[in-house]
Amino acid sequence: MNEIGLTHLLVLSTSLFFIGVYGFLTRRNLIVMLMSVELLLNSVNINFLAFNKYLFPGKLDGVFFSLFIITIAAAEAAVAIAIIINLYRRHKSIDVEDAEVMRD
Amino acid sequence: MNSSLLILIPALPLATFLLLGLFGRKFIGNFSGIIGTLSLAVSAAISLITAYNYFFGFGKAGDAFVATIPFQFVWLRFSETLSINMGILLDPISVMMIVVVTFVSLMVHIYSLGYMKGEERYATYYSFLSLFTFSMLGLVLSTNIFQTYIFWELVGVSSFLLIGFYYNKPSAVAAAKKAFIVTRFADLGFLIGILILSYYSETLDFGTLIERFTTTGSPFAQAASSATFLGVSALTWGLTLVFVGGAGKSAMFPLHVWLPDAMEGPTPVSALIHAATMVVAGVYLVARLFPVFSIACPVALEIVAYTGAVSALIAALIACTQTDIKRVLAYSTMSQIGYMMFALGVSDFGGESGLGYTASMFHLFTHAMFKALLFLGAGAVIHYVHSNEMKDMGGLRKFLPITHITFLIACLAIAGVPPFSGFFSKEEILLAAFHSNPLIYYVALITAGITAFYMFRLYFSIFWNKPFVSHGESHHGEGPATMLFPLAVLGILAVSSGWIPFGEFVSTDGKVLATETHLDFSILPVALSLGGIVIAFVFYKSTTAYPDRIANRLGSFTHTVKNKFYIDEIYLFVTKKIVFNLVGRPAAWIDRNIVDGMMNTFGAAAQVFSFSISGIQSGRVQNYAAYFLTGIIGLALLFIYVWIH
Repeated sequence: MNEIGLTHLLVLSTSLFFIGVYGFLTRRNLIVMLMSVELLLNSVNINFLAFNKYLFPGKLDGVFFSLFIITIAAAEAAVAIAIIINLYRRHKSIDVEDAEVMRD
Repeated sequence: MNSSLLILIPALPLATFLLLGLFGRKFIGNFSGIIGTLSLAVSAAISLITAYNYFFGFGKAGDAFVATIPFQFVWLRFSETLSINMGILLDPISVMMIVVVTFVSLMVHIYSLGYMKGEERYATYYSFLSLFTFSMLGLVLSTNIFQTYIFWELVGVSSFLLIGFYYNKPSAVAAAKKAFIVTRFADLGFLIGILILSYYSETLDFGTLIERFTTTGSPFAQAASSATFLGVSALTWGLTLVFVGGAGKSAMFPLHVWLPDAMEGPTPVSALIHAATMVVAGVYLVARLFPVFSIACPVALEIVAYTGAVSALIAALIACTQTDIKRVLAYSTMSQIGYMMFALGVSDFGGESGLGYTASMFHLFTHAMFKALLFLGAGAVIHYVHSNEMKDMGGLRKFLPITHITFLIACLAIAGVPPFSGFFSKEEILLAAFHSNPLIYYVALITAGITAFYMFRLYFSIFWNKPFVSHGESHHGEGPATMLFPLAVLGILAVSSGWIPFGEFVSTDGKVLATETHLDFSILPVALSLGGIVIAFVFYKSTTAYPDRIANRLGSFTHTVKNKFYIDEIYLFVTKKIVFNLVGRPAAWIDRNIVDGMMNTFGAAAQVFSFSISGIQSGRVQNYAAYFLTGIIGLALLFIYVWIH
């Protein structure tokens, strides 16, 4: 059992995913929440790569998907930070509770 | 006869109505009266020429007058065989009616130039008068029963508009509504009657309808009389319902309640609509369908006769107790129309026995003249005294000499004193009743005496009784020439129109009907009339105690009559207590609780539900994420469950 197998990677990605979920649901700082989202995305990346490596070693589909996700995550981070800056300009805070007014 | 000229008779008033109605108040103003009067004068002139040409020219075929239709077009086509036409029908009664309508209307137009002067809605008044004249002419010239119905409603509307002319006066508004609702209620009967008659005759045209119902052995007549409802034949139902419509318009008992209240309108309007023309529309309608009534359905004609007689007597009794001069005249109108109705009712078709028909039309003609005169005279009195009440009048003969003379002439005419016009027509009616129905004859005879009494009660109360007390400021004269001229013209006609040999022109079958005055027969009615006049003279020549003493002696009877036999109260009881409570309230309850209630329940349920879930949208992103996650987990569990099984 000293070889790293598929199960290890899945356990890692699942742990990472739920750490991300936990962070997203409990932190009130928007930046931290954004970081949690990155954790979620990265756990998915690990999944893709793990399945690619262990189940379909001759193909590169999983790698491509990971690359896509990294790109999109970068764009998403840019947009999210732009929104956060705007919120900060308005409320002088980046607390998620202050974003409640966006409900209306 | 040039038919395009004939169209002008109703078309000119219509054009005037549109012109004055659209532009009158803003652009024409005080010239409205002149324009209306001139256009109607042309219309009246054409009517007179038409009447002359008809009676002394093209109207006669052989030895009888025939109906001709110089102009007709299809207005609304339902199917190959059924269509509603608009046209002009000329026959003796329609020609007589256009002369009466345009002439009286012209007199009223001229009179109103003075009477309504300075009125704020002067142009509107003239446009309404024109609308009425147009509708009435369209009504009398109708070629088919549906055209009659359309114009029938139009006269109802113009009557409504004119009664409610002083719309800032609550009583006038109430009277207008009452007149409209009562006549509208009666018109429902008329409409059903039309539907029944046209269903069985398969036509709307008057000529065809009469022919199909009166030809012996015609399949249409047999079908109509063999179909029964509640044991009465369909034909009787149809005719009776048509008569209900006529009775509503003609203020016959028990649908007369609107007429006295209609006196809230301007007095010239009362003269035109509620005395001379519109209220005789019912008589005209029965006369128009007279062959059907007389030949095919004598039962319906008996209803006409008794309704007329009862109305004549009741109205005459009530007229004796009223103190508002216009109301007295209103009841006398109702009474005289009752005469016309039962004259039709006692008549037979054809030859000598058709005297009642001729007499009825004759009385319609003379009545239009002297009753218009009475109303216009009353208008002059009201104009002078500024009150409708008898107690404010008296001793006016010196102040209003022309009004006094013409009013006296009209009173003599309505009382049936020879040689005034009412005498001739009333004698014919009495003669017709005498020959066919003794009961109605005696009712009519008593009514004639009462008529003379209440008319002279009115006359003496206005012009004699007590010296006139002027209401202060130095007073204007009798009135402008525009008001006196119609009085004079109508006065002359009230004397002379009785000498027209009416039987030569109007009879049931179009042939000449020889009428002569039987001196020995006339003695009794004339004596009764003179008796009535003498009693009125004794009672009201100067203020005496007799009227009160008699009233006290009769006690509760006077009270009942004075309250118009409580008919208004009965109507109120029926509508307010019975109809409103037993029909209106349950209907309102169902509407409010079941129909509305269902909708409200749906609405309330949606509202409660949406309130209860609106808390979910909190604006907290993390909550949303939690819901999302829960949902995803739920779905995942579901999929796994399905996958395993």
